This record gives sequence, structure tokens and C-alpha cells, in this order.
Amino acid sequence: MLASRPFASVSRSAVFRHALPATRKYATAPTATFAGQKGSDGKYTVTLIPGDGIGPEISESIKDIYSTAGVPIRWEEVSVTPVLKGGKTVIPDAAIHSVKKNTVALKGPLATPIGKGHVSLNLTLRRTFNLFANVRPCVSIKGFKTPYDDVDTVLIRENTEGEYSGIEHEVVDGVVQSIKLITWDASERVARYAFNYAKSSNRRKVTAVHKANIMKMSDGMFLSACRQVSKEFPDISYDEDLLDRVCLQITTNPRPYSDRVMVMPNLYGDILSDMCAGLIGGLGLTPSGNIGRDASIFEAVHGSAPDIAGKGLANPTALLLSSLMMLRHMGLYDFAERIEKAALDTIAEGKAITGDLGGKASTKEYTTAIMSKLQ
Amino acid sequence: MLRSALSVGARSATTQARYATTLSAGFPRPTQRLPTKYGGVHTVTLIPGDGIGAEITDSVKEVFEHVNAPIEWDQYDVSGMSSTGEQLFHQAMESLKRNKVGLKGILFTPISQSGHISWNVAMRQQLDIYASVVLCKSLPGFPTRHNNVDFAIIRENTEGEYSGLEHQSYPGVVESLKVSTRAKADRIARFAFDFALKNNRKKVTCVHKANIMKLGDGLFLNTFRQVAEEYASSGIQFNDMIVDNTSMQLVAKPQQFDVMVMPNLYGAIVSNIGAALVGGPGIVPGCNVGREYALFEPGCRHVAKDLMGTNRANPAAMILSATMMLRHLGIDNTANNIASAVFDVIDEGKVRTADMGGSATTSEFTSAVISKLN
Repeated sequence: MLASRPFASVSRSAVFRHALPATRKYATAPTATFAGQKGSDGKYTVTLIPGDGIGPEISESIKDIYSTAGVPIRWEEVSVTPVLKGGKTVIPDAAIHSVKKNTVALKGPLATPIGKGHVSLNLTLRRTFNLFANVRPCVSIKGFKTPYDDVDTVLIRENTEGEYSGIEHEVVDGVVQSIKLITWDASERVARYAFNYAKSSNRRKVTAVHKANIMKMSDGMFLSACRQVSKEFPDISYDEDLLDRVCLQITTNPRPYSDRVMVMPNLYGDILSDMCAGLIGGLGLTPSGNIGRDASIFEAVHGSAPDIAGKGLANPTALLLSSLMMLRHMGLYDFAERIEKAALDTIAEGKAITGDLGGKASTKEYTTAIMSKLQ
Repeated sequence: MLRSALSVGARSATTQARYATTLSAGFPRPTQRLPTKYGGVHTVTLIPGDGIGAEITDSVKEVFEHVNAPIEWDQYDVSGMSSTGEQLFHQAMESLKRNKVGLKGILFTPISQSGHISWNVAMRQQLDIYASVVLCKSLPGFPTRHNNVDFAIIRENTEGEYSGLEHQSYPGVVESLKVSTRAKADRIARFAFDFALKNNRKKVTCVHKANIMKLGDGLFLNTFRQVAEEYASSGIQFNDMIVDNTSMQLVAKPQQFDVMVMPNLYGAIVSNIGAALVGGPGIVPGCNVGREYALFEPGCRHVAKDLMGTNRANPAAMILSATMMLRHLGIDNTANNIASAVFDVIDEGKVRTADMGGSATTSEFTSAVISKLN
């Protein structure tokens, strides 16, 4: 209790020290706004990482839908299959350059390579492009019945630190310390993004989800960063809720969460976002976007499903919905609306849906059904 | 069920004792003492707790009075709303150490950094009541979004993210330590398998995040797998599942789970999801068991300050936790009498509190339970 007092004053001084320049920096442009320019053909260039397994098939489907809808996007396809460079496996430079140049990318599922000493590709991408916020919206899909039919949640997860810091050591045999790292800068950055997201998506409230009753300093600092940022957004209300209560309440009745954006540290976000995905029918229907300082990558978070790869049976919905998040991120709202309506109508009709949704259609048939609504 | 819990406790006590003799050779060891019992009446520590605690423990007292349960309460009205209650908290702890068995509501923990640490966690750590057991079961007569849910959550209670070790290494940079040890992973895994054996359960699932926390959760998972081998001939199946996938599966297909065992923080998440699946924190009982002590409290640890003093709280979770306590003390008949009365009232559906979609008050629900008692 004594120790916490000096901390409080230190953290307060930290607030002032960091907050001032940060506010100035972001005053003109909110965090990680898209700043790409159209090329000479009037199109934006977007990096496409088709991924493994079913990745190429579902990416093909997105490309077909986009060309029918006339979206002003030119795809630049790259592979992220690791190459050996200086004795280490790394992502090919071409891929890194492409994403860096275009600042926005769409990514299919990647197979998790099995083998020791291999750094996860997702982790490498996250570090290379400073992908600090993971945005996971979950909306009930009409035509796919689950026990919950009123889900409309948005969850923003801090993506760079927390329990995923990777700092662990075995102190003596059988005793392990894993360090959860929380920094003011990262907390403030993700909080700011959450408030900006709320503003641009017409949600009136931001809820910070925490466990500060137990982790008083780390989650406590996350909360003070959120509180500090909330003062800059007077028209958006702000509150805080315990992780336990949020789990309980969303699972009981998700409806009250449709008016707000939730923001939280890494692990809680990981667990809660997948829980929300479970409410609407799993990862095959949920989009995801990673917002970063240097680039933003939108991706399907489901697996690469090697068992059905190449058979033309995969469901491209998650990747399609992720690409629509990307369009909105790029300010192409009208295209996003049109494609979204076509896709959701196709699922709601239930005539041309894929096997995982209880239908019999192939990827191609589902894609064609969406395209016919766009013509 | 809880006797099984105790038998596990006894086993690990012997291993513990061996360490003790090597360390403190020559010193007399404290003799093992039984819970306080005078003339056939058990003395049990009662800590109503904050929020709705007073109301729902009143229900328990009323019901116990009616069946003349051989329990004498040693009550401490500890409150975590301010740090001034610390003296009383220590008295309550001493009482728990004397009586070995307790019934408690939830104590409030302030979020502010200047506030006191969680007394709930302090109790669990000081008494080393390492296994939290929460039972999530669909109740007849009360349909929710999911049917046929029936699983038990066994949660490690004394380490992990709740270690309370945090420091600021540089302004704006905080480290919070999650401590995982083989000894504690081992005893909780054993507890889970023994629980499965005694309660005729078929499968034990280890919930973890070993893909990210390779050492910490890796230790938990590997220890679980080693313990599982010792139960190979019992026919109990085992598997493991990553915690994010677990929470997704829970809300989509909760029927696949039987007994689940996990580190501390995941337990908080899973028990709340589990409670929501079967009807909320008002009906989910729980307990914390260690080598020597057993403390019974509602399975979902919510203070529910918003309901405080309104006489609208659902006392079912607390009454059911109290019946678990009776069984633990060997008073099975009374326990069964009370538990079936509670289930009957819920099944009939006439008297229900607001959380279950009814309009009955806490006292009306209690009277309904009493009227069903034999």
C-alpha cells in the first residue's frame, strides 16, 4: 500500500510527460488514418497475401467480387512463405516492401509452421508494421441460426504487449515467471484508436475492460491512459467494467453491447474476441483488422483448413468481411455497403451457401450469387 | 463430492509433511486438528461479505434454522468497502483457521491503486485453499439459450496472474508477474482427476495458453499431461484446449465439456461464461478447498452492489453452496433436503427472482424454499 503511493505520483507525471506531445502529434490526424494515394489509373494499390490452404481460393473469390463491383483497387499479390536469410527464416523482402509502400494489405489464413526456432509470421508482421490495435467486430448473420441473434459487438485489443510480451523465465526448476508488460504509450495509443473508431462508426460509448482489482498497477495504468484520452472526446461517454462481468453479461445477453466499443489489453481481447465470434457462429464469419502505425493488415482469423484446400468448398465470408473493413478504413464506404448487402442477402436467402453454413454450394457458386446481386 | 476433495487434500498433505520434516528436523510438528465441533454441532465461520452478501446469507440462516441444521455460525461482518475493516478481516481469518470450514459472500475490492489488495484472494492464498470448484449445470424448468450443460470448472486459486507482484520499472512501464509452479500445477491437476473419478465424470480438459506463454502455461500443460498418465487405467479421457478457443466453444457447443482444469485468470473468465450459459451468477454454487480448509462461496464471485439492500437478489447460489458445505461436513440428509427444495422451487417456476425473469423478492424465494422442506 505504501509502495503504491509513490507510483501514483510517478504515473501522474508520466501522464503529463507523454500526453502532451502525443496530443499534438495526433491532433491533425487520428491514429493510423489511411493516407494512400490513387495511382495514375485512378486505383489504389493494395497488397494481397493469399495465404496457405484454402487461402488462394477465397482470395480469388474476393478478387472476382471486387472487379464486378468496380472497386478502385489494384491487387499486388505477394507471398510471405519464409525464406532463409543470414541463417534465419524471415518474410521475403518483396512482401515487406509491398506492404510498406501500399500501407494496406489483405491477408488470407497462414498455416502454422511446425518446427523449432521459427518466429510466427503473424508476430513478425505485427512487429514489422507496428500493428498496435486489433479490431474485431461481430455481428449476427441473418440466415445462420445460433443461440444468439442480437449480437453487434466491436472489440479493440491492444496488440503489441501485455501477456504476449514473450518475456518468461524459469527461476528455479518448476517455478516460472511470465511477465505481463503494460506501457503507458501503448495503452494510450490503443485507447485513442478506440475513441476515434467509436466516433467514426457512430457508437456513443467506449468501455475499457480490465482486471484492475487484482492487477492494480498494470491494468490500473491501462485504465488511467483510457481515462486521460476520454477527456479529449467529450461527446463519447466512457466507462470501465471488470472482465468477469463483461464475460457474464455478453454471454447472458449481448444486445446492450451494440452501442459501444470495448477496448482492452492483449489477452483479454484475444479471449473475448473469440468468445464473441462463438456467439455468431465461429471464426468463418468474423472479420478482423490490424491497425498499425506504418500499415494496416486486414485478415481472416480462421485456420487454413488444409483438409478442404483446393476442393472449392471453402467459405470466403470472413475474408470478404475483412476486406470490407479495409474498404471502410480507406474511406470507400459506398462500395463496402453494396458488397456487404449483397453478401449478407446471399447468406440470408440460404440458397447458395457453403457447407460450413449448412448449405451445399461451392465457393464459386456462392461467389457468383454475390456477384449477380452486384450487377 | 467434497469428501473426494478432502481425500485429495490428505494425500498431498503427506508429501508436504515430508518436506516439512526435512526442513525442520527435530521440531515438533503441529498436530492435525479436526474442525470445531461441540456436542455434535459444527462451528462454521460466516462472512456475509459486501453487496448482496448479507441478504443471501440471511436466507441461508433462515433455511438452516428451519431444518435445525447442526451448524453454529461464527459471524464476521467484514467489509472491503474501506480499508478500515482490516482488523475484523484478521479476526475472521483466525476464526477460519480455528473452525476450518467457512461460508462466505464476496468482499469488495477497490480498483484504485491506493486501495487494499483483494481480501478474497488473500484468504485463498493464506489458507492455501487452492482448488476452486464451480458447477455449471442446466436446471430443469429453467430453459436458457443452451440445453444439457453440465460441467465442472476446477480452477487453480493461489498463484498465476493473481500473484500480486507488480512493479514500475520506468515511468510508464509496468511489469506484472504471473507465477506458475510445477507443484501447484501438479496438485490442481490431481484434484481435477480425482474429482472426475469420484463424481463419475468421463473427461478432463486442460485450458491454457501455452502457444503464447510457452514456459508458464507450458509447465501447467505438461504437468497436467504427466498427471493424466497416472490415471490412464481409470478410463478418464483427457484433452487440452487453448483458452480463446475454449471460450468460443463454450458459447457455441458447451455440451462437449465435462471437467475443466485451468490456471487462475482463465478460471475467472470460464466460470463467468459458464454461469451465463445456465442462468447467471444467482444459481451457480462453488467452493474453495485446500489441504486443511474449505471455504464455500457462490461460484461466480460478484459483489452485486447494484442489488444491495433491495431484497431482489437470488439466494439460490448461496443456499446451494451451503448445501455443499453440509455434505462436506457429512450432513448429507439435510443437504439433500435443502438442495431438492431449491431445485423444486426453480422447476415450478412460480417464485423466481428478477435475474431469472420473475418478480419475487429474496425473502419470498426463501419462504418458498422453506415451504418445500421436508
